[in-house]
Amino acid sequence: MPSPKRIGKLDFGLLSPKDVRKMSVCKVIWPDTYDDDGFPYSKGLMDPSLGVIDPGLRCRTCGQKSGDCPGHFGHIDLAKPVIHVGYTRLIRKLLRVTCRNCGRLLLEPQEIDKFSALEEDPFSTDVVSEKDIKKERVCPHCADQQMKVNFEKPTTFMEVWTEDGRKVEHKLTPADIRARLERVPDDDLRILGIDATVARPEWTILTVLSVPPVTMRPSIILENGQRSEDDLTHKLVDIIRINQRFKENQDAGAPQLIIEDLWELLQYHVTTYMDNEVAGCPPARHRSGRPLKTLSQRLKGKDGRFRGSLSGKRVNFSARTVISPDPNLSVSELGIPLAIANEMSIPVRVTRENIEELRERILVGPERPTMRDPCGANYAIRPDKRRLRLHGGSGPLDNREMVASMLEVGWTVDRQLRDGDIVLFNRQPSLHRMSIMSHRIKLMGDRTFRLNPAVCPPYNADFDGDEMNMHVPQTEEARAEAFLLASVQENILSPRFGGPIIGGIHDHISGIFLLTHETQWFTKKDALYLLKHANIDFLPKPGKVEDGIAYWSNKQVFSQILPRGLNMVYRATSCKNCPECKNDLCERDAFIRIIDGDLIAGTIDKKSVGAFDGAIMNRIIREQGLGRARQYIDDMTKLSIRSIMFIGFSFGIDDEDLSRTEYGQIRDLLDEAEVDVEKRIRIYNDGQLEPMPGRTAEETLEMQIMQVLGKARDKTGDIAGRHLGLGNSAVVMAVSGARGSMLNLTQMAGCIGQQSVRGERIVRGYEGRTLPHFKKYDQGAGAHGFIRNSYKSGISPTEFFFHAIGGREGLVDTAVRTSQSGYLQRRLINALQDLKVAYDGTVRTTGGRIIQFQFGEDGTDPTKSAFGDPVDVKGIVESVLKEEV
Amino acid sequence: MGTRLNVLMHDMVPKHQIMNDEELRTLLTDYNVAMEQLPKIYHDDPIVKAIEALPGTVIRITRKSHTAGEAEAYRLVVRRPKK
Repeated sequence: MPSPKRIGKLDFGLLSPKDVRKMSVCKVIWPDTYDDDGFPYSKGLMDPSLGVIDPGLRCRTCGQKSGDCPGHFGHIDLAKPVIHVGYTRLIRKLLRVTCRNCGRLLLEPQEIDKFSALEEDPFSTDVVSEKDIKKERVCPHCADQQMKVNFEKPTTFMEVWTEDGRKVEHKLTPADIRARLERVPDDDLRILGIDATVARPEWTILTVLSVPPVTMRPSIILENGQRSEDDLTHKLVDIIRINQRFKENQDAGAPQLIIEDLWELLQYHVTTYMDNEVAGCPPARHRSGRPLKTLSQRLKGKDGRFRGSLSGKRVNFSARTVISPDPNLSVSELGIPLAIANEMSIPVRVTRENIEELRERILVGPERPTMRDPCGANYAIRPDKRRLRLHGGSGPLDNREMVASMLEVGWTVDRQLRDGDIVLFNRQPSLHRMSIMSHRIKLMGDRTFRLNPAVCPPYNADFDGDEMNMHVPQTEEARAEAFLLASVQENILSPRFGGPIIGGIHDHISGIFLLTHETQWFTKKDALYLLKHANIDFLPKPGKVEDGIAYWSNKQVFSQILPRGLNMVYRATSCKNCPECKNDLCERDAFIRIIDGDLIAGTIDKKSVGAFDGAIMNRIIREQGLGRARQYIDDMTKLSIRSIMFIGFSFGIDDEDLSRTEYGQIRDLLDEAEVDVEKRIRIYNDGQLEPMPGRTAEETLEMQIMQVLGKARDKTGDIAGRHLGLGNSAVVMAVSGARGSMLNLTQMAGCIGQQSVRGERIVRGYEGRTLPHFKKYDQGAGAHGFIRNSYKSGISPTEFFFHAIGGREGLVDTAVRTSQSGYLQRRLINALQDLKVAYDGTVRTTGGRIIQFQFGEDGTDPTKSAFGDPVDVKGIVESVLKEEV
Repeated sequence: MGTRLNVLMHDMVPKHQIMNDEELRTLLTDYNVAMEQLPKIYHDDPIVKAIEALPGTVIRITRKSHTAGEAEAYRLVVRRPKK
């Protein structure tokens, strides 16, 4: 491989008519492609010297076959010059800053000297701009009166002057403009930032048009045998046709009017050939009415050449399907359907040691009957790189026996996937590095990818129809990297905040909460049922023996999956931060004490096992490494799923039922609040309301109302919460942190509360009221979006309307946020993608330029530090003292 | 018109020093870089004007860092291109 070279200088220039002619192999004059017999016209747009697209034929210019011949340019001589749309702004600028007579820059000689002097300064990138030149002055060089140059999109230039107080306009033809640009001297162009050796300004006016090779605009043959030409070819046909007509008219001495019309038509076709989306120009259309995809459209936009074909491409050895959960898999595993495993392959080099084994793979062939069967092979590759496709079945194509007998050392066999192979797994949008992780595959039935729900958080995946992609690394090196760097266990810690990102979700948390809450006793049978899938060898001594029956406590059962020697003291999610902590005697069982791997007290919930929190996991990683942590996740998820199945967990509509007393209390409370609101409105109307500092009386009233109603809603929640204890599934989920909050519960059972738009009560609608159901200027709670019903009790029509208003705001916010942050992310990634940390700890670009002198100013890997500190002193002290400090 | 704000006095502005030739030489050899590969700062940046650094000189910036205690960075003063 050649060593990387440093780019010293880049010239951006224009193609001169001379260049165009020099690289042309054919002057195209015939406005057609193929004749009736299907042969290309000579001097036509498909002239054989422009390259070959039909397989088997040889190029007339270079003699190569289709695929090897890169194609060759031709050219069209235009009857009259036309403007290139891409350079209209440059032309406009040049017309405005140069003299219409002598072509010199409209600057005094000393001004020119000033700018030329700056040119010598290496720190200066100054060039003259339009602003530096005063309009309509006299040329300092030839004393010619200048005129204002107007530009009309897309390609019209006009000179404007006043005569007898009237404005007179005169259209400049491309030929006029070209003549003017030709007069601009090279030295004056330098000051404008143009290097005349590579870009003379008159080259922006085309006199000869380059015709791209046929390889760039291949025609396709439709099913009915008809040829269908590329959009570019269609456009070039138009150009040639008009050009011919123009020439004929010109030679025949047609009247000026007709010449001008044809000129404009030619200009239109050349313009749309370059860019079919120019402002002020109707796009050229296909016969079907579809706008043509011309040069600029091929490059621009998401599916254009840059973003669509160069920055992003399609890949082989990849698969995509719907994902579904399987809690019985390890987090590092991935279940894949047989159909995918049969299609995808890994190349294996044939050696003396494995030739027999690979022969068997070939004999199985490409159709592995069931996932229990050993894997087959799809291709055998000879040392001369020839691929032999294997065919199975019993038909005449079956070549398995033959290929197997031919197999020799030095061949390569494309072996199908089998259990334990390493693949990369990805879900878009790939926003962080954990969006692509490697898994070990496990063949499974059906047609979906199966993954452990505990790896959903890093992928941000759920199972409502999400699809994910799988890639199969093809070399030993790639597999080793995927396994060592990208495996799930290596990515448990997120570099974003240095904590675990993989952990229990939803039912894992509810399950482990139900299991570990307070004290429960299990018989041997039950304890073993719970721990059936956990990786443990024996049960500890029973916690108690009653009537000759041994019992194990729930905390003992959980402790089995903890590593020995783990010491932790902390508070759970369900901790209410009481002013006086009762520690082990906490009535909510929220004080967790783990001593030597035994859970002594406390309930395990989100803070202990949840994704993004996972205090226990964090400690296991620090003390015992990522491998043990992965084991712990697998044990924990399996134990928690077994617990939730064993204990039972469900949620239904009547779980939100309260008793008659509570409903009475809630009604009274809301009545009271509404009366309070009425009272405050009355005070305001009487002009007695004391405004708060910096607020008007209205604002103060609004704030007070919001506050009163908010408080009332919260109180209904308290009433509901008093009735619904931990026997209620929604409460369990909220308290454990598995899903939902007490606010959600309040809204289901108590009162939905105030709906708002931009943090204010709903005021929009008709004059003085939100809906015709209310009196004008009614300030009351109900008239401005307070919903006193609950989701359970059902809401009234007006309430429903307000709820829809408030709900819509939320939807709009998320839609706007995702698009904005997505674009921000794209820009950041584009800016940072090639930075790397050098061996001396500096962050550098590919050119060796330093971005940071120490990575992150401290040279620290966030996943190896304890939330910003180099050492977790508190945690170590606590684990030694086995006591909170 | 009050007194001009002295950015050097501001609590959040870290320490900026102009490096001498000797320091600069060791810096460039330590990191094995050319002057052009250093991060840049414009000549009209308020802090550059305050310490009166000229284009072509290198400034050492010493920041307080929560994790590293003190972090040093170096910037080459360059003239701001117009427009």
